Parts: sequence; C-alpha cells; structure tokens
Amino acid sequence: MNAQDALVEYLLRLGDNALILGHRLSEWCGHSPALEEDLALSNVALDLIGQTQLWLNLAGEIEGKGRDADKLAYLRDARDFRNVLLVEQPNGDFAVTMARQFYFDAWHYLLLRELTGSKDPRIAEIAAKGLKEVTYHLERSQEWVLRLGDGTEESHRRMQTAIDDLWMYTGELFASDEIDRAMVQEGLGPDLATLHEPWLGLVRATAEEATLSLPQPGWAQKGGKRGIHSEHLGYILADLQFLQRAYPNATW
Amino acid sequence: MIDSLTRPDPDQIRRWLEEVPDPEVPAVSVMDLGIVRDVQWDSNELVVAITPTYSGCPATSVIAFEIEAALRARGIDRLRIERRLSPPWTTDWITREGRRRLEAYGIAPPAENAGGPSPFDRFLRKPLAIACPRCKSENTERVSEFGSTPCKAQYRCRDCLEPFDYFKCI
Repeated sequence: MNAQDALVEYLLRLGDNALILGHRLSEWCGHSPALEEDLALSNVALDLIGQTQLWLNLAGEIEGKGRDADKLAYLRDARDFRNVLLVEQPNGDFAVTMARQFYFDAWHYLLLRELTGSKDPRIAEIAAKGLKEVTYHLERSQEWVLRLGDGTEESHRRMQTAIDDLWMYTGELFASDEIDRAMVQEGLGPDLATLHEPWLGLVRATAEEATLSLPQPGWAQKGGKRGIHSEHLGYILADLQFLQRAYPNATW
Repeated sequence: MIDSLTRPDPDQIRRWLEEVPDPEVPAVSVMDLGIVRDVQWDSNELVVAITPTYSGCPATSVIAFEIEAALRARGIDRLRIERRLSPPWTTDWITREGRRRLEAYGIAPPAENAGGPSPFDRFLRKPLAIACPRCKSENTERVSEFGSTPCKAQYRCRDCLEPFDYFKCI
C-alpha cells in the first residue's frame, strides 16, 4: 500500500467513526428520556455528522476517484467501512449510550488534540475544528457517567453493566496496525499507544468518583478498522443507505 | 459590469454584510457573529471567506446563499464564497455590538475568552456564572448543555424564573 492509499484509509477511519456514532445517536431522536436529552443527543449527532463530511470529503479528494462524502457514506458496503467496533454497538439503555459515548469521547478528544499537530494542514484544521466540539461532548458524557454511576441503585447497576459490557471494545482504540504506523512515520498522526495512559487516567478517575469499578484490561474485540464488523453495522447501513439504494442518485 | 474603477471598497461591502442576518439567530448579522473572515477583490471577482460556527451547522450553506443574494442585489455579479476552516471559529469573534444585540434579544452572550482548561487538565470544569438576560441576576442554573441549536445551551433564572438560551462559549 502506498502512502496515499494509507492516508485515504486513515481518513476513512476518522470519518466512519464519526458517521456511525453520529447515526447511532440520531436513533435517539424522539425517543430520549427527556426533551433536553433528545436535543442534546441530536446535537452531538449533528456535530459528528459535520465532522464526517469534513473527513470523508478530504478522503475522497485525496483518493481522486470522484467520490465525495455522500458517495462514501451511502454507496459503500459494510466490509468497506473502517469504524471501530465500539461506535456500532447498539444504543441499549441510556447508560449504555452514555458509557459508549464516554469511552469514545475521551479517546476522540486525545486523538484530535494530537492531530492538530499533523504535518498535513488539512488534517490539522479539521482536528482543531472538531476538538472544540468534542470537548463539550466529553464533558457531557462524563457528567452522565458520574450521575448515573453515583445515582440510584438502579442507575448504578445499569451504568456498571454498561461499563463492563463495552469494555472489550476499548482495546481496539489503542491498537496500531500498518496504516497507523505509516501515519506516525509521515508525521500525520499520533502513535495510538501513547493515548492509552491519559485515557485510562481519565476513565479511572471518573469511574472512581462515580463509585463504579473498571474491568481489568483483557482480551479486546477488534476488526472494525480492517472492515470486519459485528452484525450490527449491516442493520445501520440498511437504514442509513436506504434512500440511495432504493432511488439511486436521488437528490434533495 | 464591475471593473477596477467601479468596484466597491471592501469596507463598503462589509457594511452591506452587516445587514445580512444570521438565519437561526436573526437578531445578529453575519458580521456580528464573526462568520465573515475576509472580503477582497481578486481582479474583478469578489471573494468572501466565511467560516462555519460548528462543523455540522446546517445554517452555513444558508448563510453563504444569503450573502451571495445580498451582494448580487448590490450589483456585484462576479463573486465567489470560500469556506475557511482555520483558524476555527470562536465566540471571541462575536463583536461587542453582536453581544449587545444577543442580550437584548433574550440570549445570554457567551463568556469571554473561549478555551479554558481541557477536561483532562481539570477533572470537571466548573459551570460559569451566566447572567440572566432579563433581570441580570447571576443566580441561574444550567438545564441542558444544548438548546434549540448546537450553539446554545438552556438555562433558567432562579430569581425571575425565566428560562433562557445561553450562547455557548467555544
């Protein structure tokens, strides 16, 4: 794989993470426990979809095959998606949604902060834009982990279950492959392993304050970055891509 | 047809753009919000650089359209709108007049000096004291981090009991 192909793959990962999590959050629209939460989840989804457009448009531009963000989002099949498995996990209850968000936001924040120093100014400027948004995403998901963890017996039980169940998807966030290594070599992206300590520090401190216990580091479920997904992604795409599949080239 | 002798001064064009309202918060103009980053002539073509407030803000394309419509109505027939991402928009770019108009409209203006400590530097950032735009009391509470648009949060005044929007500081 040459340097350009590696960069396109890397940008697809960034874009697909934002796209799939953004879509997941949008599924809450009209179903949230309170109006304020409905607005909040939809707004976080909107930020992520906005970031998706920036990353995927750049990926398409560098690829040079005439694919823009819409084509990449609507016309690829599951095996061509490069998001981590964490973001495609079902919404579950509110605790699951917030635990997934907290794990992701804390990592996303650290990653974007590093990417603001990317040698490629196009990557750096998208990261700087996204970082502002992800900062308040993280504040919010962290608050919810605290509130539910250190809340009622019921909310604590649900948050603890969510923290435990999603744990095995967090290892993939820090595992590097040849694409990540190529980015490090070119000065385009950070060594993912260096994000692990600060991530764990924040997650641990938050769990402690929330009276939650963190699982031991252990076996990690991986594959999304290479296109090996859980069954959930296909269902997401069936929903997300329906219109373009049923009515090809339909426009607004 | 505009040529180098008849083309309006960029300062004049900025004044025209002060009359273009933001589509979601019409009390303020696109100039008040600091969305217009640059206005200059590229020979006889006018180039207006705008920046999105939030990367997913649906108003950005409407804003580009309205700027174009306003300038065409002033006789500028050759213009190009460029989208500029860097440096990222900050609420610090909202003008003094913009802040005054927001407050008069019932939206608490953003705290000055965006940025502040990262969630990693300080365990939890303390909520800011936001003054109620109606009675000016700082005895207010945040109801939700998000309001009717991504750029606003919902607050409530504990003194006059009025709910209000706060323009988030980013």
